[in-house]
Amino acid sequence: MLLKSIWRDKLGLGLLALILLATVYVVLANQLFDPSHPLYVGTNTVTLLGKYLCYALLALAVDLVWGYLGILSLGHGAFFALGGYAMGMYLMRQIGPRGVYGDPVLPDFMVFLNWHELPWFWSGFNHFPFALLMVGLVPGLLALVFGFLAFRSRVTGVYLSIMTQALTYALMLAFFRNEMGFGGNNGLTDFKDLLGFDLTADSTRLALFAASAIALVLGYLACRIIVESRLGKVAIAIRDAEMRTRFIGYRVEYVKLAIFVFSAMLAGLAGALYVPQVGIINPGEFSPLNSIELVIWVAVGGRATLYGAIVGALLVNYAKSVFTGILPDEWLYALGALFVLVTLFLPKGVTGWLNRKEAMA
Amino acid sequence: MNMFAQTQALFSPTYWRNRLAPTPSPRLNLTHGVILYLEDINVSFDGFKALNNLNLYINQGELRCIIGPNGAGKSTMMDVITGKTRPDTGSAWFGQSINLLEHDEPEIAEAGIGRKFQKPTVFETLTVQENLELAMAGPKGVWATFRARLQGEDKDYLDQILLLIGLVAERQRLAGVLSHGQKQWLEIGMLLMQRPQLLLVDEPVAGMTHQEMERTAELLTSLAGQHSVVVVEHDMDFVRSIANKVTVLHQGSVLAEGSMAQVQADPKVIEVYLGEAAC
Repeated sequence: MLLKSIWRDKLGLGLLALILLATVYVVLANQLFDPSHPLYVGTNTVTLLGKYLCYALLALAVDLVWGYLGILSLGHGAFFALGGYAMGMYLMRQIGPRGVYGDPVLPDFMVFLNWHELPWFWSGFNHFPFALLMVGLVPGLLALVFGFLAFRSRVTGVYLSIMTQALTYALMLAFFRNEMGFGGNNGLTDFKDLLGFDLTADSTRLALFAASAIALVLGYLACRIIVESRLGKVAIAIRDAEMRTRFIGYRVEYVKLAIFVFSAMLAGLAGALYVPQVGIINPGEFSPLNSIELVIWVAVGGRATLYGAIVGALLVNYAKSVFTGILPDEWLYALGALFVLVTLFLPKGVTGWLNRKEAMA
Repeated sequence: MNMFAQTQALFSPTYWRNRLAPTPSPRLNLTHGVILYLEDINVSFDGFKALNNLNLYINQGELRCIIGPNGAGKSTMMDVITGKTRPDTGSAWFGQSINLLEHDEPEIAEAGIGRKFQKPTVFETLTVQENLELAMAGPKGVWATFRARLQGEDKDYLDQILLLIGLVAERQRLAGVLSHGQKQWLEIGMLLMQRPQLLLVDEPVAGMTHQEMERTAELLTSLAGQHSVVVVEHDMDFVRSIANKVTVLHQGSVLAEGSMAQVQADPKVIEVYLGEAAC
C-alpha cells in the first residue's frame, strides 16, 4: 500500500533518479577527465553542487511543515545553523594542535579570549558519533521545546511565523556574543579534516558531495513516506481545517510537534553536510533573511509537492550564483521580483506549472 | 438508478441497527438513562449572554430537535458540549461519570460525542475515502496514526458507510469537488465513522434538495435508539418530519419543550420564533 503510493510518485522518483545519475556523472567526470577536457567537472563546481544539495534538503524540511502542515516557518535557518554548528564543533576539535596558537585542546578563538579550559558543552565533540547525534538532537530538542509551547497555546498562522522569525533572530544575536563560546562573530572555521580525511582533498570533497546527494534522496523518501501515511493525511487535514481535526479526535499539537521536530532534524542534517563543504559556520547563518529566502525556494518550486522544494532550491540557487556573478548588487531585487512574479503567475510554483501543462497536453 | 435502489434498501432500520452499533466508552455510565446533562450553563462573550442558565437533558436513544432564532445560543451550546467553549458557570455531564468541563475536544470526541458542523467542513484536499478514514474510531496517537493501514473490519465498515451515504462512485474523488448535499452526507458519514454515542448534528439539511432531505430524515431516525441524536435545524418541515420532542431556545435559555404540536401551540414560542416565520 505504502510502497505503491511511493511508486505512484513518478515525478519525485524521476527527480531522485536524475539527482543520483548527475551525482555519479559528476564524480566520474571529476576523476576520469583531464582538466582541459570539455566534460571535466572541477572540484570547485563539485563543492558548489554539494552546497545546492544541502539547500535542497533544507527546502524539503521546510516544505514538509509549510506545504503539508500549514506552518510557515520563517526560522528553519536556525535548525540548519544548529546542525552546522554541531558539525563545526567536531571539526574544530579535529584541528587539535594544528591551530595558529598550537593549543592541543582549545580551539584558536578560546586561546585568543584567554580561556583556559574547554566549556562543558564542548566536551564529547571530539567523537564523531557524538557530534552526529548532536546534529539531530540539538535542532530536534529546540523544535520540541519551541513547538510544545507554541502549539499547546494554539499559536497559528502569521503569529507563529513571527515567533519562528524571532527565534532565529534571537539565536543569531546570542551566537554573535563571544561569551557564548561558539566563536562569536567569526564563528567556527579553519577546519582541517573530517574522520581523518583532508577536507581540501578532491576525494573528500567528492565524498561529501555524494553524501549530500544520498542524504537528499533518503530525506525525500522519508518525507514521502510520512506524507503518504495516514499521519500525512492528518497533517493536511490540520492544514485545511485544524478545529475540525480536533473534533475528530486527533491531538493536533502532538501531530504538529512530531512533524515539526522531524523537519528540524532534517534541517540540522542539511546544515551538518553544508559546513564541511563551505568550510565555515558563523552566526550569519541564523540571519532571518536566510530563513525567508529558503521559503522563497519552496514557493518557486511549488509547495506541498516535496519535489518542488528540491527543484526550487536548485533553481533559485543556481540563478543566484549566475546573477551574483554578473550583477552582484541587483541579486536581492531579482530575488524579490522572482517571489512576486511566482506568487502572481505561478501560484503552484514551477512544478505546478509544468504539471498543468502536462495535464493539458 | 440501480445504485440508488440498492442504497435505498440499506435504509431498513434492522440492517443498520447491528452494523452501526456504537462502541460504548468503558467510562460512560448510563444507569439513569440520561446521556447528557446541561445544568445552569452560563456563557457570556464581552458582556453578551450567549447562554443564560441553560438546562437541558437528553435521554439515551432519544432524537431531539433544537430550534430557535439566530443568536439563541444553539451553536454555543454545541461548543460547550464538545469542549470548544468553557462556560462561566454551570455543569455539563456525559452520562453519570464523565464531566465534560474537565476534557478538551479530542478527549470528548473519543469519549463518544460526535459533531457535524453547520457549514460542511470536510477536508477538501483529501479524497472521500481519506476523509472517512481519518474520522474512523480507533487509536489516534501520532505513532499509531503513522503506522495505520486501512484493512480488515475497518475497511468493510468504511465500505458500508460509503454505500449508506451514496458516495461509492466518488470514493477516490477529492471532497472539494462534491456537491453541497454530497458534502453534507460525507460529513454525516464521517460522524458515523467515529461510532459516537451522542451525535450533535448542526443544520444537516441546509442546501439539500427535497429528495436528499428525505433520505437524511430517514437516516437520522434510523440512528436514534442506539445512538442519541441532537439536531439543530432551521427547516421546520424537516424538524416536523423527524422529531418527537423539540426544544426551543431563546436568548440563551430553554423557552419551551415538548412535541412539535405542543411547541407550536405555545404562545411564547409563536411570539419569538414561529410567529416571525409565519409572517
